[in-house]
Amino acid sequence: MPEPIPLQWAWGIVLYWLLLAGASLLLQRRGHLVTSLVMPLGALGALAIAAVGVAGLVLPGGHFVLPIGLPDLPFHLRLDALSGFFLVLLGGAAFGVTVYAVGYFRTMAAGPLALLSLWYHLFLAGMVLVLLADDAYAFMVAWELMALSSYFLVTTDHKISDIRRAGFLYLLIAHVGAVSLLLCFGVLQGGHGAYTFDYMRSAELTPFWASVAFLLALFGFGAKAGLVPMHVWLPEAHPAAPSPVSALMSGVMLKTAIYGLLRVTFDLLNVQIAWWGTLALALGLLTALYGVIFAAVQSDMKRLLAWSSIENIGIILAGFGLTVIFFADGKGALAALTMTALLYHALNHAFFKGLLFVGTGSVLHSTGVRHMGALGGLIRRMPWTAWLTLVGALAIAGMPPLNGFVSEWLLLQAFLLTPGLAHNYLNMVIPVAAAAIAMAAALAAYVMVKFFGVVFLGQPRAENLKHAHDAGWPERLGMLWLAAACVLLGLFPAMVIDALAPVTRLLISQTLVNDGNWLFLAPVSAERASYAPLVFLLVVLAVLLVTFLAVRRVYHGRIRRADPWDCGYAEQDARMQDSAEGFGQPIRQVFDVFMRVEREMPDPFDRKPHYRGDSRDKIWLLLYQPIADLATWLSAQAGRLQHGRIQWYLVYSFATLIFLLVFTR
Amino acid sequence: MTTGILLQVLQTLLAILLAPLLMGWVNQCRAWLQGRSAPPITQPYRVIRKLFHKDAVIAHDASPLFRFAPYMIFACMALAAGIVPTIVNDLPFSPAADVIALVGIFALARVFLALAAMDIGTSFGTLGARREMLISFLAEPALLMVFFTASLISQSTELPVIVETLAHKQFVIYPSLAFAAVAFWMVSTAENARIPVDNPTTHLELTMIHEAMILEYSARHLALIEWAVALKLFVYSALGIALFLPWGIAQAGDLAALPLAVLALLGKLLAGGAGLAFLETISAKMRLFRAPEFLGTAFLLAVLGMLTHFILEV
Repeated sequence: MPEPIPLQWAWGIVLYWLLLAGASLLLQRRGHLVTSLVMPLGALGALAIAAVGVAGLVLPGGHFVLPIGLPDLPFHLRLDALSGFFLVLLGGAAFGVTVYAVGYFRTMAAGPLALLSLWYHLFLAGMVLVLLADDAYAFMVAWELMALSSYFLVTTDHKISDIRRAGFLYLLIAHVGAVSLLLCFGVLQGGHGAYTFDYMRSAELTPFWASVAFLLALFGFGAKAGLVPMHVWLPEAHPAAPSPVSALMSGVMLKTAIYGLLRVTFDLLNVQIAWWGTLALALGLLTALYGVIFAAVQSDMKRLLAWSSIENIGIILAGFGLTVIFFADGKGALAALTMTALLYHALNHAFFKGLLFVGTGSVLHSTGVRHMGALGGLIRRMPWTAWLTLVGALAIAGMPPLNGFVSEWLLLQAFLLTPGLAHNYLNMVIPVAAAAIAMAAALAAYVMVKFFGVVFLGQPRAENLKHAHDAGWPERLGMLWLAAACVLLGLFPAMVIDALAPVTRLLISQTLVNDGNWLFLAPVSAERASYAPLVFLLVVLAVLLVTFLAVRRVYHGRIRRADPWDCGYAEQDARMQDSAEGFGQPIRQVFDVFMRVEREMPDPFDRKPHYRGDSRDKIWLLLYQPIADLATWLSAQAGRLQHGRIQWYLVYSFATLIFLLVFTR
Repeated sequence: MTTGILLQVLQTLLAILLAPLLMGWVNQCRAWLQGRSAPPITQPYRVIRKLFHKDAVIAHDASPLFRFAPYMIFACMALAAGIVPTIVNDLPFSPAADVIALVGIFALARVFLALAAMDIGTSFGTLGARREMLISFLAEPALLMVFFTASLISQSTELPVIVETLAHKQFVIYPSLAFAAVAFWMVSTAENARIPVDNPTTHLELTMIHEAMILEYSARHLALIEWAVALKLFVYSALGIALFLPWGIAQAGDLAALPLAVLALLGKLLAGGAGLAFLETISAKMRLFRAPEFLGTAFLLAVLGMLTHFILEV
């Protein structure tokens, strides 16, 4: 059989990245070569993988068997439209992030840098393999490669105990999820004993076992994606990792979980049941609201972004739930709409969250501070970083005409088309779900105003910020790439939807019909709804220009500079502005049932007063703390068996021997 | 097509030019109701003109964002005025943005205003921005739900189609629209910084929201913001009319109905402005943390409206 060209290329790029990973090990003493040679080459690989993804969307898919792996279990690889789409997402985001990383890691010491480059490229290769794997064995190996390499990336600064702790938590939850996936594949093979995806597609599962497989997949992939209540690792691990790594983990790695969920539900399983969708929708909405509420009360800028990732995963999952509901109900066109919306949102999130994370990376690099309470006024010192981050912030807040708005618009459209579902209770659920999505989107704007306003606007809250410097050129180029993607994905939605058509055709054999042309986005029909972001942008620009010129021409452009006016107070300083806690205070007050707030109030006579308000996640306290306590208690009980006397250990051995002799013959 | 574009430009310009007049009318009515001698109805124009003539005073630390924001806010409101049908329906620009995009436009203007308020770094600016975002996180979804109720009835999120369905199809009473109308009124008071959520005439630091955000603005920037505020009130009034009292708006291409449409619009605006002034006079401003409850009620009412539609009208 002639091997398909795009897939060969993809495999070639994986090998190329593995080679680069190996090469960085040899450069332990030549750090500058890692940043000036290995990483740019890695970035080219990312660009190539995006091109392969495009080819996978357009050309017929192919598969081949690699002669590696265990004797009877070779690796099967396959490239189809679904993996092609996620390859585009991966390559596009990873290219910008890696270009950025070239500048970001320049000042790092050579030894750790070489290790970082090793794990970085292994991480990229692992993610690509996850997307290409066509049997459970290859999938799990790639999944573990991805999890382990990202663990080592998270613990890059392993000398800090908090980071080690965060890494351990991540590793733990990743593996609990992986075990669940392993069980899921066990169910999916349906007694064939063959673990290739081809067999799984043909396996006839009863609804009960299909449901078991779906629940296991939802749990396993949900743990990776940060679905509430398995989200606890995310706000710990993302801030701990270096910023480009956070960008990749949040922007791309979380999406591999969405990929897996889509693959299992719509490709490998041959039945879809409506209540799965209801469950996923409910969990998604919970995740979205929970994530955004906690994002609003964070004071650490990377932690804030991590919580915002949880929110976005929730929105994607809500879209997934709707897709399952509609598909199971036989409403193919609606399912195509929501699936397009969820894929679109996944793509958007890769770019804007990547952009925001690398933006915080530049701030961190130049000020050394992650806590928003010690930042401020950076738009004047770091204009490039600030303005490019503003694009990302507006996009994630769902502002037209940027990309975040389009996917939310598509999702909201789906809610409006729903009357007449088979189950009556669903007709009640849908309006409530629409309200929840709308509220999450509005709160996201709150979060982004807080993030951008506190970090980049206002007066510098600390002395050292006056010496902050802007990002260098590689960083700027990386951010420009990501920001340009946010703008273009927002301006040309009709083209993006056309490009997504093969994916929906593959999974649910239906595509979203665009009733408009390339300019107008009109899902279903132009009478129902349409949106033309390019026209929108041009009109805004035209009005801006006309207003500006008219004001200048008819009146004047005179400006006088003065001190800010503050209602007659004689003295002002930066401490009079809202701190991050202060800005989140209303949300904390409105939603205080969800969180446990720890406050530290200053003494009124304190010369340097310090206020701290920490909002803790109640799920951690209610769900995980008991498990952790139980584990500690059990190990303490086990510790009783060990008192260091040799006689007792001999007794144990003897008892074990007797036990084995009795029960096994 | 040419007539369409001409009408589009005409209607948008009309909205932009008439907006301060509506503001003046509301102020006049309020003064009458409160037993004060009223300023002339053209007072907002005079204020705007005066502000344009002055030199802009800008804080030393102001970033370009601060100077850019007023233009952006004004452009957003002008755009919104271009989408909402006031006298004619089905304009060439309306397919570019539907009601969800309209909510997005309002959100965009609000985000820019809040960011500009935080730019100088005074305590009042951030205070105003924080309060504004608090108000909006409930008001925005409530507004969206109101639109959704209307969209579910007319099977479209396009404003022209909604107006067409509600105004020119056979007359049906929709219970869901009653919920939506109440919610819409509550949201509009919040979004336009009116009593009982905010007070447009106050500069008392403990209570102000919108005014706190624009304290640092002066001259042409302030003029643009004031104009945009007037325009926003106009657009919200036009939206209320289009959703709940759409009778009289001319159909597409029906030029003969235009004079009547203008008269109908003026009549409705006069009545609506007087109503707003009356409601503002008889109610008192709420404490800030009552506002989330007020808007939460609006949000729930709007969701109830949608549920009512699913229960009674499908």
